Amino acid sequence: MHSTETLRSHGTACPATSADGGCTDDQIAGDGYTCRFEQGARPESLILNMGPQHPSTHGVLRVLLELDGEYIVRAEPVLGYLHRMHEKMAEVKTPAQFMPNMGRVDYLHALAWNWAYVGAVEKLAGIEIPERAEYLRVITCELNRISSHLLWWGAYLLDLGAFTPIMYAFDDREMLLDLLQLMTGSRLTYSSFRFGGVYTDAGPAFVQGVRQFIPHLRSRLPMYTALVTENIILRRRIEEVGVIPQDMVTRYGASGPVARGSGIAYDVRRAEPYSVYDRFDYEIPVRHEECSMARYMVRMAEIEQSLRIIEQAIESLPEGEHMHPKAPKPSFKLPAGESYFAVEGARGKIGVWIASDGGKTPYRVKLRAPGFSNLALFAECARGTLLADAVAILGSLDMVIPEIDR
Amino acid sequence: MASIFRTLADLWSLVVGLGITGKEFCKPGVTVHYPRAEVTPEAAASFRGPIELIGLDKDPAKPKCIACMLCVSACPSNCIAVTRAPTPKPTPEELKAMAEAEARGEKPKKPAPPKAPGTWTYDFSLCSLCGSCVEVCPVDSIGFSHDIYMVGTRREDFVFDQLARLARKAAARKAEPKKAAPEAASAPAPAPETAATPASEA
Ligand code: SF4
Ligand code: SF4
Repeated sequence: MHSTETLRSHGTACPATSADGGCTDDQIAGDGYTCRFEQGARPESLILNMGPQHPSTHGVLRVLLELDGEYIVRAEPVLGYLHRMHEKMAEVKTPAQFMPNMGRVDYLHALAWNWAYVGAVEKLAGIEIPERAEYLRVITCELNRISSHLLWWGAYLLDLGAFTPIMYAFDDREMLLDLLQLMTGSRLTYSSFRFGGVYTDAGPAFVQGVRQFIPHLRSRLPMYTALVTENIILRRRIEEVGVIPQDMVTRYGASGPVARGSGIAYDVRRAEPYSVYDRFDYEIPVRHEECSMARYMVRMAEIEQSLRIIEQAIESLPEGEHMHPKAPKPSFKLPAGESYFAVEGARGKIGVWIASDGGKTPYRVKLRAPGFSNLALFAECARGTLLADAVAILGSLDMVIPEIDR
Repeated sequence: MASIFRTLADLWSLVVGLGITGKEFCKPGVTVHYPRAEVTPEAAASFRGPIELIGLDKDPAKPKCIACMLCVSACPSNCIAVTRAPTPKPTPEELKAMAEAEARGEKPKKPAPPKAPGTWTYDFSLCSLCGSCVEVCPVDSIGFSHDIYMVGTRREDFVFDQLARLARKAAARKAEPKKAAPEAASAPAPAPETAATPASEA
């Protein structure tokens, strides 16, 4: 944290800043970001460094804030602390070898990333997928979405100072993870979709478990509502806080519950139906309040809708193979060309674009992370709000930093 | 007046919440209190632990592996290193046959290297448990173990000599005759049925 004192002693501009804006010698004055950020500060304001190790920034997001008393004058998210070069890794690994990376981009909805990548590769290479595998993908991906929303729910309330809800969320989430473990072998960083199918076939234990889980979670949701959603402290804390008007959503390209909380009914599953999503009957929850509470309500409603999809999919799960008999060997080569595949993740539109020159490894892979666009609007959205509200806004965006940094 | 009622209704939501918390408080715990209790083997059965070699049906201490090196090249993180067992020295008879073949102007038949690994090391610290090696192995010689409680203080603790580990496990299973019997019956599928062995089905 830089006190007003240090700022004033330097004047408004950091002396260690060279003409091109980078720090030259006096590193104590701060890193390049801080130096640049400080230049615009008014003399009476306070520069605050929130993060990168801050419990409410979920991982290692750093936000530079200029405060006037308790109010935010400017906010600037600083990214890159979790940059792991996933896109570069995709260029040096064969598609099959890159698959495990996709479980680690967004650890909360790993299967959506699995899907985006296998989808792009399958599209480019013209690989067919058996029907059963499509259903299994839908079921596991939706289960994963629920687990992501449950974790967000618990962690968001933790940010806002409520400790118990995360215990309930994790109780239910554990059951979910047990089910996903049957299918994927892991509990968080799944790598289970394969080009031309899925890794494991669903056994009776999984089908039975899912059938039991759906009524169980449904019976818990009213408790969630009574415990948290109707709680007056929460309502006062997040209602009408962090208003994101529709034009801000479109300007920054936000998607997922952030867009749907602002009245934009955009969901990739509906807008560009992939796989077998068009066979199920479900709604896209939309709220028009544009505030943090609206995003909260959208996610809670999405849990119910995901349960609906899973219910229909598990009842109509076709018999057959879980891997196409002509699924390629791990050493297969991508044909030259480009492809793009988008799926709806828990945080919004996940897109993978692959360009291949016919070599062993793709020429370039671009990962479109929804969290990046969603976070981008934070600077504008947080202006003029209270510092404590900034935490409520950040949480309502549901960020997964490794996904943003990639 | 209306605002008083509203405030009371608002405050009532806190009472409702406390009621739920109170009810849950009286219920039994749901977590496993490690180390006083451990996760049951059934719960861990589908979990991908560090990979292990799978022994032959008739000699569980020897792996099925034919040293084809497919897993080595499939692994994204170079966790696996396999070397072939050394070619045995030709016996005097074979040497003689080779010399004769050469004298006849034919290509001498050298003894082929055995289709078995000489060393099979695995670095668990690099492994992402993706399952590519398990899928690719043509003879189903790799499977996931379910050792979920594994600790070490050094990096080297996680570099396993899989051949030694297999032999150790086989010996331990032999020493435990009660457990060995049902497992021997289901020998071709060493992992419980929920564990992933998709390569055979695909
Ligand atoms: S599971 Fe994946 S990362 Fe681990 S050894 Fe096998 S191929 Fe390599
Ligand atoms: S793929 Fe199987 S047979 Fe080939 S080297 Fe690896 S373990 Fe041995």
